[in-house]
Amino acid sequence: MIEKALVKRSSKSYWAWIIFLLVLIAVGFAAYIYQMTQGFAVTGMSRDISWGMYIGHLTFFVGVAAGGVMIVLPYYLHNVKEFGRITVVGEFLAIPAVIMALLFVVVDIGSPMKLFNVYLYATPHSMLFWDSVVLPCYLLLNLVVGYSVLQAENKGVHYKKWVKFLALVSIPFAFSIHVVTAFLYSGLPSRHYFLTAMLPAKFLASAFATGPALIILICFLLKKLCGFDAGETAIKKLSTISAYAYTATLFMVGCEFFTAFYSNVPGHKAALQYLFFGLHGHNQFVPLMMVFVALAVVALCLMIPRQNRDNPITLGVGCACIFLTMYIEKGLTFIIGGLSETPFGEIASYHITVPELLIIVGVFAIGFLIASILFKLVVVVKKDRDVDAFPQEDRAGLAARLLAKGSDK
Amino acid sequence: MENMSRRKFLKLGGAAAVGLGAAVVTKTADAAQIGGSYQKDSARMQAKNWGMVIDMSKFSEESFNACVEACHSFHNVPNIDTKKDEVKWIWKQTYEQLFLDETHEHLSAKYKDQEFMTICNHCQEPVCVRVCPTKATFKNDQGVILMDMHRCIGCRNCMAACPYGARSFNFKDPRPYIEEINPTYPTRMKGVVEKCNFCAERLALGQLPLCVELSNGAITFGDIDDPQSGVSKLIAENFTLQRRANLGTKPKVYYIV
Repeated sequence: MIEKALVKRSSKSYWAWIIFLLVLIAVGFAAYIYQMTQGFAVTGMSRDISWGMYIGHLTFFVGVAAGGVMIVLPYYLHNVKEFGRITVVGEFLAIPAVIMALLFVVVDIGSPMKLFNVYLYATPHSMLFWDSVVLPCYLLLNLVVGYSVLQAENKGVHYKKWVKFLALVSIPFAFSIHVVTAFLYSGLPSRHYFLTAMLPAKFLASAFATGPALIILICFLLKKLCGFDAGETAIKKLSTISAYAYTATLFMVGCEFFTAFYSNVPGHKAALQYLFFGLHGHNQFVPLMMVFVALAVVALCLMIPRQNRDNPITLGVGCACIFLTMYIEKGLTFIIGGLSETPFGEIASYHITVPELLIIVGVFAIGFLIASILFKLVVVVKKDRDVDAFPQEDRAGLAARLLAKGSDK
Repeated sequence: MENMSRRKFLKLGGAAAVGLGAAVVTKTADAAQIGGSYQKDSARMQAKNWGMVIDMSKFSEESFNACVEACHSFHNVPNIDTKKDEVKWIWKQTYEQLFLDETHEHLSAKYKDQEFMTICNHCQEPVCVRVCPTKATFKNDQGVILMDMHRCIGCRNCMAACPYGARSFNFKDPRPYIEEINPTYPTRMKGVVEKCNFCAERLALGQLPLCVELSNGAITFGDIDDPQSGVSKLIAENFTLQRRANLGTKPKVYYIV
């Protein structure tokens, strides 16, 4: 089946996009080789900020991967039929997202040739060990389920019972990947910004806002590029989920502010002060956090009133704002904010370097490449099998194609 | 198992007098179990739980600098200038930086800026050991937190976890930054984490940690589980502080202020 995505009906612009991504991957890989030969001194990380953008991105993309469950769960558990057409989009979104998350771990490891020590000397009291267990499991589940569902659709049959069973298994795994990732931080005794029982809940809420928002944007893109229509009800339901989850996330961010500033405990305030207002003369993230606040207000205004959510333009902008704000809050600033106050009460600053940036771009390109291939596969299969999904499609052309497909066999 | 009856104090010459708390238990080899002529190394200094008391009032600038110099050159710790990438096992911090929770805004500068020796606390409840995904950092049978450099994957989870900033990552190849390599102690490669090891390699030879030996009596080393040890007596008789005791890590480096 995969050959359909790789070669068949590939336009010139598709190939140009693939080649563009391959170039970015090559650049990122070169930067990674540079980091490996020179050491992590070429990154912005330091003795104080020992985790930086890589681990931030890991956290964010685990969230994106977990967010796909907001289609899978309603469809398989609550029989929300409107999601039937796009469950595979949710599953296939999780695949590049988990791969990106895993790659962000790999590029962050100082001695990657010893990486498999994590399995060789399995250590159940380490949260990082559990992360390295649940992430590959979730990846495998989504690969098998997504591919099987699509293959069944391609053959014009219903997927097998065990596929549904695995899909159900993948639901608790989706939650577990983000909870374990939150436990990586929320169990550290001296990092006030991390040390909050709110963290796993906040991570899940933001994932359930970000995932559906991204799926809506992907559906819009697929409609524009390939004429694929996810269905109005599906988009509406997704936008409602995203809007509620986003509001819950911002509520929890607000709760952190209340606890820190009402209690007035310096350690609790430090990271928020550093990120949002600047502390001890260090204010490098303040402009970014102002963008976060502004876009969050825009997102709330566009996502909460129903008439805005029903309008594709305002919905698109709202979803983009949700994605960007959560990327800023969780991906770019959470880790660095949490580590910014050193064990000696000073503020350590962090400045991303060019090699670090190129490696991040490279990992993004790998994710986009996998996503492009997978979503093209979805479109190619659906074009033949789910006629209603392509309202603008030329029916005569479709009939000719199906005829040709029949004579192939 | 352990023959606790043969308890004696080691004397290691003048400087080692401070080690009077170091209870030494010699183990007799169980020949039947092991077979052959195997004999357990009786020279090894042994304690259930090594700890340290640092009396800064007795610590001169010269002997402190000698400690840092001796520790770093013996353990092949690279001398990297850039603060971002530096590696250190033993260094100085002010009272205010070290005892974050025991200071206040009006504390006299005399105390605030007083400098204190800073090393790994060899916690009884070490967070670094808890978070390490490969057990590359571990607590040995004598309460010393050690690193297995060959196993460390360089994930730096321990650095994020350590409440004491005790750990350094080799951001670059450390070897060019070592003035003279000590062949009796291994150098490290880039991409692994390292820290003070309470001179475990010296304890194995029956020697006290270097900083203890060179502190001119300012540092006392011994078994904090043994009420008769020098450290236990000092802790019983003096007002001592631990760093960030409220975190539940039970650090074993005590400070007489």
